[in-house]
Amino acid sequence: MSRQGQRYKLVDGDSVVKEALRGLEQPSRRLFLRRSLTLGGLSLLTGCSITDSKSAEAALMKISRFNDTVQAWLFDPNRLAPTYPESMITRPFPFNAFYAEDEAPEVDADSFRLEVTGRVADRRAWSLAEFSALPQTDQITRHICVEGWSAIGRWGGVPFAVFLRRVGADLNAKYVGFKCADDYYTSIDMATALHPQTLLALSYDGQPLPRRYGFPMKLRMPTKLGYKNPKHIQAIFVTNTYPGGYWEDRGYNWFGGS
Amino acid sequence: MEAHATDVVPPIHPRWLRVTHWLNALAVVIMVMSGWRIYNASPLFDFRFTDSITLGGWLAGALQWHFAAMWLLAVNGMVYLLLNLGSGRLLNRFFPLTPRALFADLLDALRGRLSHANPRRYNAVQRVAYLFVMIDSALLVISGLVLWKSVQFPLLRELLGGYEAARRVHFFAMAALVAFVTVHLTMVASVPRTLLAMVRGY
Repeated sequence: MSRQGQRYKLVDGDSVVKEALRGLEQPSRRLFLRRSLTLGGLSLLTGCSITDSKSAEAALMKISRFNDTVQAWLFDPNRLAPTYPESMITRPFPFNAFYAEDEAPEVDADSFRLEVTGRVADRRAWSLAEFSALPQTDQITRHICVEGWSAIGRWGGVPFAVFLRRVGADLNAKYVGFKCADDYYTSIDMATALHPQTLLALSYDGQPLPRRYGFPMKLRMPTKLGYKNPKHIQAIFVTNTYPGGYWEDRGYNWFGGS
Repeated sequence: MEAHATDVVPPIHPRWLRVTHWLNALAVVIMVMSGWRIYNASPLFDFRFTDSITLGGWLAGALQWHFAAMWLLAVNGMVYLLLNLGSGRLLNRFFPLTPRALFADLLDALRGRLSHANPRRYNAVQRVAYLFVMIDSALLVISGLVLWKSVQFPLLRELLGGYEAARRVHFFAMAALVAFVTVHLTMVASVPRTLLAMVRGY
């Protein structure tokens, strides 16, 4: 199958849902999720009325949180995701977001400051230039999307564990949260944040991270699904309070490990 | 007349088998219908499943169903396999199984002459079909584990030829399961008392 053909199908596949979500306000989005979970078979399967399926939805959410626990237990902090030769990089690497490519945010490199808050010793904001003083690394890994497709790409940047230690983060805290310039937000577990392949990525394929892949920086984790890898990061915070996430609050599994 | 324990005819299918059979049927229906919806998010081939025959409403809903029913499928499947092995039923009911017997029964089946006189005995075609679906289900679980946690199960991942290959294995194992269910339901419809036996035991 041609890469191009696959991309078209991807866009076609989820864009309807994304479009629908974008058009709705927050409370309606929740309602949309509630309705959508009940549609297409639940009532057919169990004969439940709409009211009963609310509890079915709550039960499914509970199981999803239980699956978070199972995944945290399965996660081996020392197990590395496979890496690939340069010849296997997927070109062009697919763009995927809850908006179209030309709607990706434009972040000004000079005025950019990364906000670092929460359970950290040093809450000073970071300019882009300051990151070049930190050790850099490069990796070619597989990005797996929750939709099922996967693509191999090359990311470079600062090991996230190095950054967290540099800012004096509480490494016993439960979560690291991210807020992004495209209004995306997500959060991850501390164990994955400290994984050796978790990168604060500043480059893609040897070039500064382009706008479509998340300029000026994204978090790249080959141990988690695509939606857990935030782009256009503006703020990082360390916390013990569950921060949720954009897709996670709409029903995607929170841990999203792979 | 005195009733002796020895007079009691044991059921065709023991209770544990009937319970695990129907729990498995429920798990398979949920897994397949939600799986079709997940497939639709990024179709591997040049077709999509009609939304009305899928479960979950959209990708997140389908994933929630899929990753909930997987526990039912896996735990129930383990109970079935352990009891089947431990009780000796697997050995008694499914073996011996020779190519000669399979060929003969297959020929009889095609001529519409296959005997169902003794429901306590599986013919060779049934033996092969049921053993096949056990192995196919195991393959679905293994390929599913690779799709769910490809980094955490490196051995299984490499065994199946990587993440993308596992997607195809998972798809074709699903297709084989659906094909089995279709034939299975057709056979049950043609010999309805087998359905009663799976419900009541007799």
